Amino acid sequence: MGDLNLKTLTELRDGFRAGEFSAREIATSFNDAIVAARSLNAYTIETPDAALVAADAADAARASGDLKPLSGIPLGIKDLFATEGVDSTSGSNILRGFKPPYESTVSGKLKAAGAGMLGKLNMDEFAMGSSNETSAYGPVISPWKRNDGGNAALTPGGSSGGSAAAVSAGLAPGVTGTDTGGSIRQPAAFTGISGIKPTYGRCSRWGIVAFASSLDQAGPMARTVRDCAILLENMTGFDPKDATSLDLPVPQWEAGLSSDLKGKKVGIPKEYRIDGVPDEINAIWDRGIEWLKDAGAEVVPISLPHTKYALPTYYIIAPAEASSNLARYDGVRYGLRETPEGGNLDAMYSATREAGFGAEVKRRIMIGTYVLSAGFYDAYFNKAQKVRTLIKRDFRDAFRQCDLILTPTAPSAAFGLNEKMSDPLAMYLNDVFAVPASLAGLPAMSVPGGLDGQGLPLGLHLIGNELDEQGVLNAGLAIEERAGFTARAEKWW
Amino acid sequence: MSVTEKDVLHVAKLARLALGDAEIERMVPELNNILGWVEQLGEVNTDGVEPLTAVIDNQLRLRDDVVNDGDCRDAVLSNAPDAQHGFFAVPKVIE
Repeated sequence: MGDLNLKTLTELRDGFRAGEFSAREIATSFNDAIVAARSLNAYTIETPDAALVAADAADAARASGDLKPLSGIPLGIKDLFATEGVDSTSGSNILRGFKPPYESTVSGKLKAAGAGMLGKLNMDEFAMGSSNETSAYGPVISPWKRNDGGNAALTPGGSSGGSAAAVSAGLAPGVTGTDTGGSIRQPAAFTGISGIKPTYGRCSRWGIVAFASSLDQAGPMARTVRDCAILLENMTGFDPKDATSLDLPVPQWEAGLSSDLKGKKVGIPKEYRIDGVPDEINAIWDRGIEWLKDAGAEVVPISLPHTKYALPTYYIIAPAEASSNLARYDGVRYGLRETPEGGNLDAMYSATREAGFGAEVKRRIMIGTYVLSAGFYDAYFNKAQKVRTLIKRDFRDAFRQCDLILTPTAPSAAFGLNEKMSDPLAMYLNDVFAVPASLAGLPAMSVPGGLDGQGLPLGLHLIGNELDEQGVLNAGLAIEERAGFTARAEKWW
Repeated sequence: MSVTEKDVLHVAKLARLALGDAEIERMVPELNNILGWVEQLGEVNTDGVEPLTAVIDNQLRLRDDVVNDGDCRDAVLSNAPDAQHGFFAVPKVIE
């Protein structure tokens, strides 16, 4: 039976149902793997007992013929999902010790579908970062190493860095992530796994710590496209508690999986060939094009003319929304409180926020406050919202000519810890290919394409039209079948 | 347009961040760098373009005007740094 923790979610589900192993054996395998991998710093909190309780319920359900879609499957949950009675801190000191008395809609749906919880996953503070280095718990270390004989610690990407490292290292068969401007897709690419951000509004945001509300979307990360489809089906759906939740039925994405792309047109946007991107990135993109052709798709050149303005647009809108959302951390109702000797209420607010937020979060609060302040609102925020309209329009025009768009996920493979922390703009550029789809609210997925010359994974990125998660998953499956990506990080931890 | 130390202090006050001197000094060039970069949006012609307000078309819903929550005071207060007599307690506001 051995190494249950290295199986895919689908293999675990089907093997459990076929009686090859028990849910308790699955949960125990992952609980043990998590303890043995603490040096990766992927989990902020481990909840082995919760995983076992759910496993025992799954074993009982199997005995009584009462199985649910995710019975027997334990999952890791990103730290910004509110989980009842379990620390939910969004990677921040300002929420240290916060135990929500309620459960987020997404994690609640997964649990109602029979899934257990292995623990909470490390992340960039308030999901602001692309390397997991802004976490109050310290960076996650990628299980991957370069093959150059050096021993440099690499980033698993971010902000869902703990999520990506956990799946990649066999510390969870599937996890939740969130994606505001690439936070599911870039870490998935860096660690050789799959991850999908659905259409904005598919997943309820209720109970997810807010970063930039018009962009935030939850989604699954797992080893395979099918694994992602299974999880996505059990995370999405209408929720009256989120005003932007889409009141639509949940498609049966797993049953709808098909890698036959005959009749599909795949657009290749010329603006995504940018200067300074390593040749290997463009080479894997070219291979992806060939794979989709092989699956029956027709490839067409397209143009998304406002692509180069997506990142600066994002870095106005996301900080602006963040500065508003993070105003709630004031030391009154939850989390940290700092009261200077003899200080008044206002001094308490300022001291609490100064002590509780890390450098990147403060930087973004400052940018956001600035661009929303009197006299600058029109020049920055309103201008950015107008450019966002144009970016959205670019995609609308493109989807008149094609069904899907293929690009690389990120402009590089995983980089070393500390390599980019001193240069915020260099860090922001990581999401150059991921951000436009976020600004347009579109479903988008990263799947592994292959390894670069240093032995590190590179991802391919599929963007679909509104609500066409099925098209994205199917093209992802077509790539997965042809890429034959089976590489795993060699265990050193 | 360039941000000065005075601007940083003003924004920090609006954002309720008690930044230290070293942080303020560091933030002046950082903010200028980022704001200088985002100002490239000025190149884009947005005449007659409406700002985006909803990324996916969706009707805002109305719900029935009835109480659907409440009676959970202790749960609401359970994470408070200082809860007293069923309230959140804060430093004195009125002398």
